[in-house]
Amino acid sequence: MFDQKVIEMILVGIKDTLYMTLVSTFFGYVLGLPMGIILNVTRKEGLRPNRIIYGIGDFICNIVRSVPFLILLILLIPFTKFVVGKSYGSTATIVPLVICAAPYIARVVESSLNEVDAGVIEAAKAMGASNLQIIFKVLLVEARVSLLTGATITTGILLGYSAMSGTVGGGGLGDIAVRYGYYRWQADIMIVTVVLLIIIFQLIQNFGTALARFIDHRKH
Amino acid sequence: MSEIEIKNLTKTFKAKDLNVTALNNINLTIEKGDIFGIIGMSGAGKSTLVRTINFLERPTDGQVFIEGVDLATLSEKELRKKRSKIGMIFQSFNLLEQKSVTDNVCFPLELAGVKKKEARQKAKELLKTVNLEEKAKVYPSQLSGGQKQRVAIARALATEPDILLCDEATSALDPQTTESILQLLKEINEKLGITIVIITHQMSVVTSICNKVAIIDNGDLVEEGAVEEIFESPKSDAAKELILDTKIRYSPLDVLEAERKVRIVFSENSAYEPVIANLILNFNAPVNILKADTRNVGGKAKGEMILGLPEGEDLQEQMISWLKERNLAVTEVKEDV
Ligand SMILES: Nc1ncnc2c1ncn2[C@@H]1O[C@H](COP(=O)(O)OP(=O)(O)OP(=O)(O)O)[C@@H](O)[C@H]1O
Ligand SMILES: [Mg+2]
Repeated sequence: MFDQKVIEMILVGIKDTLYMTLVSTFFGYVLGLPMGIILNVTRKEGLRPNRIIYGIGDFICNIVRSVPFLILLILLIPFTKFVVGKSYGSTATIVPLVICAAPYIARVVESSLNEVDAGVIEAAKAMGASNLQIIFKVLLVEARVSLLTGATITTGILLGYSAMSGTVGGGGLGDIAVRYGYYRWQADIMIVTVVLLIIIFQLIQNFGTALARFIDHRKH
Repeated sequence: MSEIEIKNLTKTFKAKDLNVTALNNINLTIEKGDIFGIIGMSGAGKSTLVRTINFLERPTDGQVFIEGVDLATLSEKELRKKRSKIGMIFQSFNLLEQKSVTDNVCFPLELAGVKKKEARQKAKELLKTVNLEEKAKVYPSQLSGGQKQRVAIARALATEPDILLCDEATSALDPQTTESILQLLKEINEKLGITIVIITHQMSVVTSICNKVAIIDNGDLVEEGAVEEIFESPKSDAAKELILDTKIRYSPLDVLEAERKVRIVFSENSAYEPVIANLILNFNAPVNILKADTRNVGGKAKGEMILGLPEGEDLQEQMISWLKERNLAVTEVKEDV
């Protein structure tokens, strides 16, 4: 059906899509995880309430999340150029993806940590745990299932966003779908890329769900 | 030196527009080896009081001394060290759900930087103490409430504390399980010499294992002393209510009415004399037994009875003094029983 060139292009597209999704999830967490922890710790009922720090974090999260991703992508072009040297291609797309994902991840992490039973934290305090010990040995450990579920959802969303960035030359399967499906009306290629995106999404989701079940000891 | 000394302790919570005084000028001394009960109705301030003993709650005013050391003078780090020598257990157990029983017991040791192998050895011993060796590898979700509390007790003992604080530790358990947990606490107290502070709203918990008791009512410490004494002749209304409260459930009638009611407590030696029969024969007047019960107070059998006395103030007074002459503790009961 397809010639060698198209198949090769699709394979590269898969690779680029996975690359953008996974790398941006990773760097999203590098920024978002500490932010989420800070939000949890500084909230009113947190380990170390601080209205100013919480307020600033809260504000940043809300601002960034309220800008639509496509607009963020364009707004960030100068910054992307500064960081990776160019504004198109998969590596360049990772920059806006990370900026867009980090505040979202911070929120997901915050709410996962907020779910940890206050009684367990109290017990740890009574044992003489320091706040750092509580964060690393209680909060992150007890919330791990919820954190992993959050990470799975985040990865799925970033997969979608990476495809969206194809419209402005981001590379990957989204890029292929737009170029062939939208500009050249080659529906078959577009359908194949969409099916591939669906399969990748399902794989991520199923893997995340299975892993979450595996590490959860609350089950019977 | 006393194990725990609380001096002029006041705790006020600032809510939006009103201040709640949870504790009002409390003075309390707990000696080494005591099993000290703190009892009060819901909202009396019991949890707040026990949380000030390890400074999870800092007092608004007053001081807390642990083995003579004023907790307010300690740095954060010193305070954390001190806390590791004060075990605490809770109504909701508060185990780490994602850690196995062994890892839960090891947790305070891990926090203290004890080597893993050493910690595991200690955990093994402690699980033996609380009779849960066979559950070492299991996770908390697979345990019953009583078993969870046993794990929590083992965990609290891991750092070899001098004091064990129990905040409503048996309130979520059924009567049999409660009894077995209380016996375990007693054993620990006797074997290890740990001072135990027990917060509860159930008089039965206090009478079954405590040697001393303090009664908290609406933030005030209203009565304090040996359990036997307070059980025999409670002075404060709060103490009377708490003692009578547990009995209401055994009463066949909702409200027993009588002109004048007294509660008498038999100790071991007086219980064998047919007091009531003699009372009736002596005064040739009827006496109503409104309620009767026996209880185990600190290992001794105690009987208690609530009598409805016949009309006539003179007769009533004579009956009361007759009872008192027979070495019975007599208290007036004003509440509906
Ligand atoms: N963090 C807080 N902020 C405001 N008020 C509080 C706080 N903690 C406790 N209080 C108030 O202090 C009083 C005593 O509360 P505490 O929890 O010590 O009662 P308790 O005797 O343990 O009751 P219970 O048997 O229901 O556990 C209550 O009126 C409660 O509303
Ligand atoms: Mg309480």
